[in-house]
Amino acid sequence: MHVLGLIAYVSGFLSTALMLGIACMGLNMQWGKTGLFNVGVAGFMGIGAYTSALLTTPASAGAISSLGLPIVVGCFGAMLVAGLGSLLVGALTLRLRTDYLAITTFGAAVMIQLVLLNATRYTGGALGFAFIPRPFASIADQPTLFAVLTLVLLALIAFGVYSILEQLVHSPWGRVLRAIRDDETAAISLGKNATVYRLQAFGVGGALMGLAGALQAHLIGFIAPDDFQASLTFQIWAMLVIGGSGSNAGALLGSIVVWGIWSLTGIVTGSVFAAEDQARAAALRIVMIGVLLCVVLVRRPRGLLSER
Amino acid sequence: MQIYAEMKEQPLPHQQLQQRPTQPAGPLLQALGLSKHFGGTIAVNHVSLTVMPGTIVGLVGPNGAGKTTLFDMLAGVAPPTAGRIVLNGQEQQQRAAHTRPTQGLARTFQIPRPFSTLTLLDNVLLGRQQQRGERLLANLWARRRIAREEGAARERAHELLEFVELAPLAEQPAGVLSGGQRKLLELARVLMANPRIILLDEPAAGVNPHLLEKLIDRIARLNQAGTSFLIIEHNMDLIMQLCRHVLVMATGRLLCEGEAHTVLRDPRVIDAYLGTTTP
Repeated sequence: MHVLGLIAYVSGFLSTALMLGIACMGLNMQWGKTGLFNVGVAGFMGIGAYTSALLTTPASAGAISSLGLPIVVGCFGAMLVAGLGSLLVGALTLRLRTDYLAITTFGAAVMIQLVLLNATRYTGGALGFAFIPRPFASIADQPTLFAVLTLVLLALIAFGVYSILEQLVHSPWGRVLRAIRDDETAAISLGKNATVYRLQAFGVGGALMGLAGALQAHLIGFIAPDDFQASLTFQIWAMLVIGGSGSNAGALLGSIVVWGIWSLTGIVTGSVFAAEDQARAAALRIVMIGVLLCVVLVRRPRGLLSER
Repeated sequence: MQIYAEMKEQPLPHQQLQQRPTQPAGPLLQALGLSKHFGGTIAVNHVSLTVMPGTIVGLVGPNGAGKTTLFDMLAGVAPPTAGRIVLNGQEQQQRAAHTRPTQGLARTFQIPRPFSTLTLLDNVLLGRQQQRGERLLANLWARRRIAREEGAARERAHELLEFVELAPLAEQPAGVLSGGQRKLLELARVLMANPRIILLDEPAAGVNPHLLEKLIDRIARLNQAGTSFLIIEHNMDLIMQLCRHVLVMATGRLLCEGEAHTVLRDPRVIDAYLGTTTP
């Protein structure tokens, strides 16, 4: 029983890490491959999560939505809406560079979170969105099998995303992105429409963040606006920098490492500190990720697995 | 560099020798009364020029004369304050810079701008126009076709790297190149676009004398195959060898123009370059 519990725990841990890894690969498309400084990751994940929740939650007592569409439809819907959302944000902001783009994307994420919080009729507001269907719900009474099957599904999705992205970044399209990242003026002088390529990379990255948000909703079955705060963006960024900006494999590895630290410190603070100090002790977990970030940046400035 | 020590006569890449689409009889590139103001500074002041198909035109003048600004306007990077640009009979005012190469105009930079983290081969491949594989969605459903096109493009890119004697470095990141090699890489890169006119901004700067001879030879041969050039250059050897028609700019204005030998002996030109000799 102990072993089964451990398997279930590790499976659940890896499923979440892979879900975050998909968002991290989305960020890698934007930052690692194209140099777009997006600090609104959580916002695009939020769009995806709520889109899929609205599309898939069946009619029941207390449910906000009643569409009850399949989870697959929810995930594609989430990618579409988050992708279009990032195209919209991109069209408005991509003429800005680095720090200015960061400020505006951060603002966009805050706006998205505030909408989620206040459009109570569609999102449930601060009380959250419940009754979101989970895959393999029919075997939820067998927690180990349920966790393992969920992990297999997540692994398949993450691998699919990884394969498509690898194919894209090694295509002539990906070559243009790297050229724009290196020297935009030169790329334009060779006939590349930098604005269009930037938008495409931003849209693809945003769609993947939306997919990750949808998967989060279906993994847990419940989402709330608080799940999509700036600290989530910080985590995804830490994952990319630690894993190795520019590398999709690095993005996945960074997700597992950072999420591992996050979970371990959760266990440690949970057992060391008294119940009334738990909320404050949680801040230590972010400190730990910050320390890890510093260590990696000093020891391996380009991340654990850098480009090429 | 070692590889230049044993430079051989390279055959001209075959595609360059192929018949080009028939060109309109009129001017290939025309600038009409171009001006560029930066705040109160007038960098280029009402300059007009014409490049006929198949010719090499030189653009000389002291530093700060506005030559590169003129190039930037012709390439579409800097919108002119006033004036018109006509390429192949098409007005260019409303067209973005990235449309120039597909219209047959390519340019190099005064300070070369290679994509330094990309290999030399990738740098050259980026010069190719209208690549199917550069379209995002095509990569999801036309993979085999793209792979075929990419194969042909690689072959051509290798030919061009051989043409500029950089083939042994094809898989190296462009960041390792010396200044002169970067100039040559840029030349190969724009040739990949099969341009009808190339704007060269100081192609000889930083290129060693032995290499310079080869560079001049390459430009002459490309010109024989039908490519036109507009060349900014301080190296008068290169100008004299290649350009029949020369324009001289000074302090933003066109000082004079005409046949190279005459123009470069013009006292006004000597004054502009060496400072005023008469009180």
